[in-house]
Amino acid sequence: MDNSVLPRNRPADVRVLQRRADWIRLETIRLVEIAKSGHYSSVFSCAEMFAALYYSVLRLKPTDPRWDDRDRFLLGKGHAAIGQYPVLADLGYFPADLLDTYTRLGSPLGDHPDMNKVPGIDFSSGSIGHNLSVGVGMALSAKMRGKDYLTWVMLGDGELAEGQVWEAAMAAAHYGLANLIGVVDANGMGLDGDTEAVMGVEPMADKFAAFGWAVDEIDGHDMDAVLAAFARAQAADRPQMIVARTRKGKGVSFMERDPSWHRGFLGPADKAAAMAEIEARLAR
Amino acid sequence: MTATVLDPASWNIQTSLAKLTALTMADELIAMAAERPEIVVMTADLATSNGLDEFQRALPHRFINTGIAEQNMMSIAAGLASTGMIPYVSTFASFASLLCAEQLRTDLAYTRMKVRILAHHAGISMGFYGTSHHAVEDIAVTRAMGHMTVVSAADGNAIRGLLRATVDLDGPVYIRIGRGAEKPVYAETPVFEHGKFVTLRAGTDATLIATGIGVKVALDAAGILAAEGVSVRVLDAVYLKPLDEAAILAAADQTAAILTVEEHNPHGGLGSAVGEVLALAGRAVRFGKQALPDDYALVAPPSQLYRHYGLTGEGVAQALKKVLAK
Repeated sequence: MDNSVLPRNRPADVRVLQRRADWIRLETIRLVEIAKSGHYSSVFSCAEMFAALYYSVLRLKPTDPRWDDRDRFLLGKGHAAIGQYPVLADLGYFPADLLDTYTRLGSPLGDHPDMNKVPGIDFSSGSIGHNLSVGVGMALSAKMRGKDYLTWVMLGDGELAEGQVWEAAMAAAHYGLANLIGVVDANGMGLDGDTEAVMGVEPMADKFAAFGWAVDEIDGHDMDAVLAAFARAQAADRPQMIVARTRKGKGVSFMERDPSWHRGFLGPADKAAAMAEIEARLAR
Repeated sequence: MTATVLDPASWNIQTSLAKLTALTMADELIAMAAERPEIVVMTADLATSNGLDEFQRALPHRFINTGIAEQNMMSIAAGLASTGMIPYVSTFASFASLLCAEQLRTDLAYTRMKVRILAHHAGISMGFYGTSHHAVEDIAVTRAMGHMTVVSAADGNAIRGLLRATVDLDGPVYIRIGRGAEKPVYAETPVFEHGKFVTLRAGTDATLIATGIGVKVALDAAGILAAEGVSVRVLDAVYLKPLDEAAILAAADQTAAILTVEEHNPHGGLGSAVGEVLALAGRAVRFGKQALPDDYALVAPPSQLYRHYGLTGEGVAQALKKVLAK
């Protein structure tokens, strides 16, 4: 195989991937510092899954971001792109110093990802609820054209309140898209508080099962469980939804399970405390 | 096989579709698809309304029905287009432009996806189906989207010409189409030049700039006025975005009045676009808009509605005389 291709399911040490997740948290804190505003906790809940996907699971070709045989990854919860940008830079999709322009005038890197500006972004997002449909289109295209790439779509649990998600879920099963994998970052919170209090979506696993999907339910911070579920999903005979139970703000104790950190800014003392907590884990 | 329709007075969806000869999308797309493997056709449970069931029978593996889920269809089309396919997405213009406005903007236009929107039954052509099925805001909505090309077909041959003219354009194309009962304007398939109006009739006294069903109406009006000694130029505004500013300014310079003719709300449609070009260029010319009122249309068969709202040869002729008398 072309040696610039990162093959699917690359062997990776669980401990290294765990450290990657914490590095993603640190990078998110660094970039929010530039914008003076950002979605820390929305990244913190899916950091382990970002690490697993990009550093092991996905088939990628950073030297040719539009390579047709790459696995696709769509971020329905586009406000977590701030955690995706440092990974893409690290993998070589664009120079790392571009990260320093985050959200500044003319930067390709905004709060929500733009496929035409950021190499490695497979589709733009930002309006919650569209990307599972876009993923259906990509997976359908693979099936129609005889391509073996997989399409992954990460959704938030709050995103499941959007009706279009369920139109897409119905279509994926109807078209028999075994090459489509969804991941719900079920961190239990949206902007206004607990997802279940704002608009109850449980039992979400049963709902996707009733829509004709294979469903898996895991602890989204347990790297072994994440890798095992991501491997199982690739062998499914139907569209696969992985409900990953996570904690909003995971990894910084004073931000965990506090919806007010959905968007915010850490002043110098709080930033130092947050980084110290993460760095202490990395030093172990 | 059991006979279901014996009475010649009976009709059903299939027999009525055969009478809608201006719905030319299916066989044109079948022909185009033979040369372009990337073409796929989509609908949201309306293939037997727009005639694309013929495409489905011819190329079933390249036809996608999403059920009544238009927004999902637009976003799926975006995903298909991102992999190099060219989806032709069909639904009523009202749903395409209003229900799916955000998918059009965010998933197709902002991202520059090569998706072609077959927005049929535009304007008030659904008659007594009522406001939910009328599209009289779609020109305004789609023209305001960056990277969106907006075109409008006067008849069945114009649909064919537009499908051919726009297939390779970057970004999405909104193709405004009637209900299929339009009387012929073009004797054969026209070759449209990108961004250009078509001069269908030369004239020196006044200009009618028309789009969609307005084009045939404008030609009828020009015929009526010719008998009264008024020489009327008729332009088919087949491209609404980009707009043929040169043709508009030439009309202002060479004729004494301009009247736009469209099946659209008076705000944000062809008339607004032409007026903007004239004002920005500083051209003083007698100018009028023959559009629908800023209201929701009455319930009636389409032909009665067009008479009621002055979208007939006689109605447009009268309106142009008023503009000339200003």
